[in-house]
Amino acid sequence: MKKQFTVVNKSVKKIDALSLATGKPMFVADFKPADALIVKMLWSPHAHARIVSIDTSEAEKLPGVKAILHHGNVPRVVHTTAGQGFPEPSPYDTFMFDRKVRHVGDRVAAVAAETVEQAEAAVKAIKVVYEELPAVMSIEAALTPGAPVIHDEPEAHVPIPVPYEPQRNLAARVAMDVGDLDAGMREADVALDHEYYTDYAQHCPIEPHVAMAHLAADGRVVITTSTQVPFHVRRIVAQTLEIPVRRIRVIKPRIGGGFGVKQEVLLEDVVALFALRTGRPVFWKYTREEEFVSSRTRHPEKMRVRAGVKKDGTITAMGLDCITNTGAYGSHALTVVCNSGSKILPLYRTGNIHFVGESCYTNLPVGGAYRGYGATQSSFAVDCMMDELAELIGMDSLEFRRMNAIKSGETSPVFRALGEGKAGVEQSIGSCELDKCIKLGAKEIGWKKRGRWQDKKGRFRRGIGMAALMQGSSIPEIDMGAASLKINDDGSFNLLMGATDLGTGSDTVLAQIAAETLGCDMDKIIVYSSDTDMTPFDVGAYASSTTYLSGMAVKNVAEKVAKQMVEVAAAMFGCPARDIKLQDNCAVTAEGKRATFSEIALRALYGTDQFQIGAVSSRISHKSPPPFSAHFVEVEVDTLTGRVRVLRYVAAVDCGTAINPKLAEGQTEGGVLNGISYALTEKYLFSPKGKMLNAGFSHYKILSMRDKPVITSILVPSYEKTGPYGAKSVSEICINGALPSIANAIYNAVGVRLRRSPFTAEDVWNAMQARAG
Amino acid sequence: MKIQFTLNGEARSIEIAVHAKLSDVLRQLGCASVKMGCNEGACGSCAVMLNGRLVNSCLAYAAQADKGIVETVESVGSLDHPHAIQTALVEAGAVQCGYCMPGMIMAAKALFDRNPSPTDEELAIHLDGQLCRCTGYEKIQTALRNVAAAGREQAQ
Repeated sequence: MKKQFTVVNKSVKKIDALSLATGKPMFVADFKPADALIVKMLWSPHAHARIVSIDTSEAEKLPGVKAILHHGNVPRVVHTTAGQGFPEPSPYDTFMFDRKVRHVGDRVAAVAAETVEQAEAAVKAIKVVYEELPAVMSIEAALTPGAPVIHDEPEAHVPIPVPYEPQRNLAARVAMDVGDLDAGMREADVALDHEYYTDYAQHCPIEPHVAMAHLAADGRVVITTSTQVPFHVRRIVAQTLEIPVRRIRVIKPRIGGGFGVKQEVLLEDVVALFALRTGRPVFWKYTREEEFVSSRTRHPEKMRVRAGVKKDGTITAMGLDCITNTGAYGSHALTVVCNSGSKILPLYRTGNIHFVGESCYTNLPVGGAYRGYGATQSSFAVDCMMDELAELIGMDSLEFRRMNAIKSGETSPVFRALGEGKAGVEQSIGSCELDKCIKLGAKEIGWKKRGRWQDKKGRFRRGIGMAALMQGSSIPEIDMGAASLKINDDGSFNLLMGATDLGTGSDTVLAQIAAETLGCDMDKIIVYSSDTDMTPFDVGAYASSTTYLSGMAVKNVAEKVAKQMVEVAAAMFGCPARDIKLQDNCAVTAEGKRATFSEIALRALYGTDQFQIGAVSSRISHKSPPPFSAHFVEVEVDTLTGRVRVLRYVAAVDCGTAINPKLAEGQTEGGVLNGISYALTEKYLFSPKGKMLNAGFSHYKILSMRDKPVITSILVPSYEKTGPYGAKSVSEICINGALPSIANAIYNAVGVRLRRSPFTAEDVWNAMQARAG
Repeated sequence: MKIQFTLNGEARSIEIAVHAKLSDVLRQLGCASVKMGCNEGACGSCAVMLNGRLVNSCLAYAAQADKGIVETVESVGSLDHPHAIQTALVEAGAVQCGYCMPGMIMAAKALFDRNPSPTDEELAIHLDGQLCRCTGYEKIQTALRNVAAAGREQAQ
């Protein structure tokens, strides 16, 4: 296996970096035609209400108003906004517009007008009579017998055979048992039973959701949108508007961050229908407030962990009961809670495993895909529990993790039991350098010097904590990636991919894989991605799949093209193809005869037996090889106020071969800071009637450069045989460590175990007061 | 009302509504680099130089630019001749989605023009208003440290 690389495993410059840094027009809004109509939405002011009547007559008469959409004049097609594989594992519980509203910020009616001001005036002029309904504001209230039913519409269903009971607000349920939890708990020398809770949070891409649509000369509707899932957008818009897929083209330009929130079809149906109704280009961009209230969030999650250990450190039982709050709609409800189990339970070896994952509807903002995808929540619960158990048996929690963590060659029954909406896929762990991650991270942070909280004095007390993590790389036997590749006269190549670069650098990483395989320089690869008319299919950028799965499709297509080039060169040289190698932009024979890629291309395109050197290829995976990571953090707690400062953070990650080390580090550092922000400052505040009170960056704090600690990322190489040049994923795992490692560090500093996030100064202070009695 | 100002070295005049925001007018005049992340002055992605001062253009009225000078990142560097800050950011791997970059670069340039070798703390304080959700700022800091180091070398 080739492990000496020419282009791969090198920090080549991100191919679009300078264009972005010089402010070139590359994002959706930069292509807005001057004559585009502007969309504004009338959002529900109520958490739960029936729409008795809508009167748009006055709004329609206002200047500049071209069209208004509401439940009375659009197709009533039940669907999900979640951009997932088809048929989706999320419930069909959404209509473009409905006769009922289910959260503050739900759609009521949309206006398209010539200017923003005219659209806003028309929104204000729409008269709606609501019949308010009792609202459900928490997980506990949702599952209380007799609770108001949020989805009482007869159409609500899941298109795959999974449990779904909307009549009791249950959007999803999944369960598995291996061995006997109770027997394992009895067998333990120390057993614990704790509840953990993680709250709402938003992705906060700096570019909010934005989409536009226009009609092409042939009447087809062209949607340009900031999305992670262009092919799912095409399918869901076709479904919702009841028009054929062939009438829709979806283009994704550069997108200003996604983190999962753009794995959702939220604007595209509206701009497309307005374009079809008016014949005009139509533009819609969310405000920051709308991004918080009317897009998607991280599912809040309540987790009960039961676990037992023997004095020698053996884990005898691990039970995890999770309930997420999916809000008003069941977007990703099943799969997020599935991942709370499937991505975390295999990490620590035990024979007795219990898992129940449920998701319930409430009249609050809607959950969705968010980097980490359920594993972020359960990593917190499980890793904090491990820390506590290790302490109770008098073992160093780092050694406890090393002793119990899954290793290369081992498997877990969880892989087979938990899939995404169906049974999972059995796999044994290939590459795994978790142990090395733990050792290197521990050395970097100074683990051995952390001391005991009982010995710490003074107002400001420092503590060190850690967490061990795993994730996956793609959804096995569900996700698919594809690419096509062709040669040009000058020996350059067009690489066309469905894969969706959402700012991560996947265009660069995939071009590196192509260049490595072809034996050419990076600047010979011209990348074009994510255009449903032009590029092959790809499920999109999610589930940590792009480098691993789309990367294999790219490697495969480049191998096919390389074979064709070698055959042309063999005909040129009159030698067997097996004597020819491709390197340095040339075909080279054993005797040292050379033909440049341009010469090969010219012969194929213009010379003898002409043909287009080119191929298309697609890949699925039968595995989801986990990346592994160990996170370490040093915090300082102000015992007077409870304020927690993160001083240093170390993330050691085994992502296989890092195709582009700098970009892999960048993923890690970005995910880590997002995680720290989630752990300490990010919080949705609601009025009693379910209205978010802090929907803006002034009152919902995401961390700035001034707030950040020093973040050290350590890439620990391994070689995943099933991945392109040994690569696994890197993008999601990095966000999961901050909650548990910071909670464990707070304990190490001041002796309190926090089981609800975020860890605000008040919470820490209150916990310290409670401990002091 | 009609305003006249110098935009990236060129004289421009445009008819605007009195309450028009500078950010909207700049985008109307073709400055796609002026990004709109929050419209409340909290993310910094629309930062431009107005009469030599760094402003969030979503909070400034276009009328304030009348007879003034506005610079956006379009004037800072090009693909063929990037500014040292842009080169450093690209080389450090600091550009992920890139949406915050124009504002980040304008803010950094405002500091470097005044102080060619800022300390880490000065950088962090100065860039406190520029939000980035992708990078964790680590590579941005590395890049700007490199620019500052070059500034120190030049001073010696």
